[in-house]
Amino acid sequence: MLNLTANTFKHGVHPPENKEETNGLPIRQFPFAPLIILPMQQHIGAPSQIIVREGQEVARGQLLAKANGYMSVPMHSPVSGIVRKIGNVPVISGQMAEGIYLEPFPYSGQEVIEGNPVPLAASAEEILQGIQDAGIVGLGGAAFPTHVKLKIPEGKICEYLIINGIECEPYLTTDHRVMLEQADDIFMGIRYVLKVTGAREVIIGIEANKQDAADHLSARIPKDLPVKVQVVPVKYPQGAEKMLITSLLGKEVPSGGLPIDVNAVVVNVATTAEIGRLLPHGQGIQERVVTITGPAIRKKGNYLIPIGTPLRYVLGQVGASDNISEVYMGGPMMGVSAASLDISIVKGTSGIVVFGEMDIKKTDKIYPCIKCGACVDACPIFLNPSKLGILAKFEAYETMADEYHLMDCFECGSCSFVCPSNIPLVQYFRLSKGIVRKRKAALQK
Amino acid sequence: MLSKTLHISSSPHINKGESTDVIMRNVVYALLPVVLFSIYAFGINALLVITTAVIGSLITEHALCRWSNQESTISDWSAVITGLLLGLTLPPIFPLWMTFLGAVLAISLGKFVFGGLGYNAFNPALVGRAILQAAFPVAITTWHPSFMEDRFISISKSVLAFPFAEPIVDGISGATPLSAFKFDHITTDSTDLALGLISGSIGETCSWIILLGGIYLIYRKMMNWRIPVTILATVFFLSGILFLFDNQLYPSPVFMLFSGGLMLGAVFMATDMVGSPITPLGIIIYGVFIGVLVVVIRIWGGLPEGVMYAILLGNALTPQIDKIIRPKVYGTKKITT
Repeated sequence: MLNLTANTFKHGVHPPENKEETNGLPIRQFPFAPLIILPMQQHIGAPSQIIVREGQEVARGQLLAKANGYMSVPMHSPVSGIVRKIGNVPVISGQMAEGIYLEPFPYSGQEVIEGNPVPLAASAEEILQGIQDAGIVGLGGAAFPTHVKLKIPEGKICEYLIINGIECEPYLTTDHRVMLEQADDIFMGIRYVLKVTGAREVIIGIEANKQDAADHLSARIPKDLPVKVQVVPVKYPQGAEKMLITSLLGKEVPSGGLPIDVNAVVVNVATTAEIGRLLPHGQGIQERVVTITGPAIRKKGNYLIPIGTPLRYVLGQVGASDNISEVYMGGPMMGVSAASLDISIVKGTSGIVVFGEMDIKKTDKIYPCIKCGACVDACPIFLNPSKLGILAKFEAYETMADEYHLMDCFECGSCSFVCPSNIPLVQYFRLSKGIVRKRKAALQK
Repeated sequence: MLSKTLHISSSPHINKGESTDVIMRNVVYALLPVVLFSIYAFGINALLVITTAVIGSLITEHALCRWSNQESTISDWSAVITGLLLGLTLPPIFPLWMTFLGAVLAISLGKFVFGGLGYNAFNPALVGRAILQAAFPVAITTWHPSFMEDRFISISKSVLAFPFAEPIVDGISGATPLSAFKFDHITTDSTDLALGLISGSIGETCSWIILLGGIYLIYRKMMNWRIPVTILATVFFLSGILFLFDNQLYPSPVFMLFSGGLMLGAVFMATDMVGSPITPLGIIIYGVFIGVLVVVIRIWGGLPEGVMYAILLGNALTPQIDKIIRPKVYGTKKITT
């Protein structure tokens, strides 16, 4: 039975939303850049395997690289053009990784070639294969291969399919616009995913600051689909899978477990729309919706941008001011700082938030932890970040993991956000988790 | 355009904007009315004692930071709080040299040896006061009546006593309501108690002004309301039961609440974030523990007042409470709360 009284998870924070500047702006098509840069690792798992040659002419939508195993997805050409170079391309981490430089044909019609359609009547296996073939990954930011996520393990039953339209990150409005503009694609996607998961019930979770999207979708639910829209109070990080399941179902996903352990599967709403749009045509992902915003951007908005468009080109088109200082790929809570403008838009890029020099408050002094407990009251998974922070300083990584549940931390940033002493708690935890993983792996060898 | 170096930082990239020094500064604001009332009640002597305590704390903090090659931390306001709290817990005619010594000890032994702000196991001001109580038992129990007519013009000889000279006790000594009850079984009028028209330590006499400061900090979300509420409720109910049992032998719960250092201790000293537990349940255990100790020491102990020791013992218990009482981690079945 559903616990409908809860309606939200416990703890969490309320960062300023800053969505009002872009949430009313319709999605607009972005022009093609003169050069497209496609890293092969745009998802969690093995990088895609390149199957084209330098100098080869490719059509928009043509397969450039195939999936390298189950935990991988293929890559399609976002433009009709010519493969200029295959080699190392800059990526967000600041390093170089394998990729393709594509030069679009300037006067091409840029029509997308059709592949083999995957009809709704296809089997669950065929649909999963179709999702992988379309190169679909979680578009909320995690970029986890969707076909892996939707595969229900042996012995597990999926009862609830949760469509994640929460978009709790400040500034971002891509899912909001997708819900308002792509309702048909979303419901088509739900049909495919229902078939794959066998879920009995579909819940579209939307935060109260997107009531218009909730009303829009509610009015368009097809009669034959067991879908309901549930509006939940605004709170960060409600878009995290575990938090959303607690908000909607009143259940807790076991520590170290997956949503399917409580008979649920969570899919981002834009990912669902992409499934519904691409599968009937057998096409692959070539572009995605990205919110470009922040104080240093003149033409803020929600843009449909070809994958691989260089960040420098994007910022030039939207009128970034000359004194830009910080660029976040994703939202300000969990997004990653771009170290250079030479990187490009990837499948997981949900937003670009840009701050100028004047917009950044001077780096605040870091004080010692005064044990005020603000982080303890903020942590959505009930960790003790204060204690973990102190243990990290003493490099007591094993104690952190074994006694204080370090590995349950999903780095939402709520603790650092509220800390009056400005202690970079999440940074400590990220490093500590890496060290713990490395040591565990070393022990297994 | 767009060729310059970008700042990179680890997420989250935004902060709620609260700051430890701002919290500390607001505690000072909340204490100011208490300080002003105490100067109004005890005159120039109180002003001198409080000023000396604050200056002593700041000098010690600054000197120790310099000595250990660290950036001076006096700008975080925590040393000011320690100085103010120490001054407010001393008798109004406490010798200044002892006050200064108390401030030096509070900062050095109560805070610096533990590692400075955030690492002090005990409330530094109470550590300083506890040492003073052990070293100067007479001076620290030499009370003075409030609202003396000459309080703004005359400085007590005791206050200006030369270091290590025999303290000169001048003027009329005024018993505190607690000692009057304990040793002579005299109950003080509760209106006088509530309005602060009584004798006692400099800053503990006017309960409602202390409460006002506490309410301000709770309103600003800079103090955990559970601490004063559980301490005061525990004292009230425990002494209430005793009072119902025998209203001749035991003081009334209202008297217990408004006498001595309970209000100042519960609102401003037990709430020191560093020395109190971090989880809500832990805080309740801590508050009940302190409340029970206050009643036990006051009624059955040898001393008339027990707030200081109760809070210090509560501080000592805090690491154990935090070790045992942990939040129940999301998705774990383990029952710990």
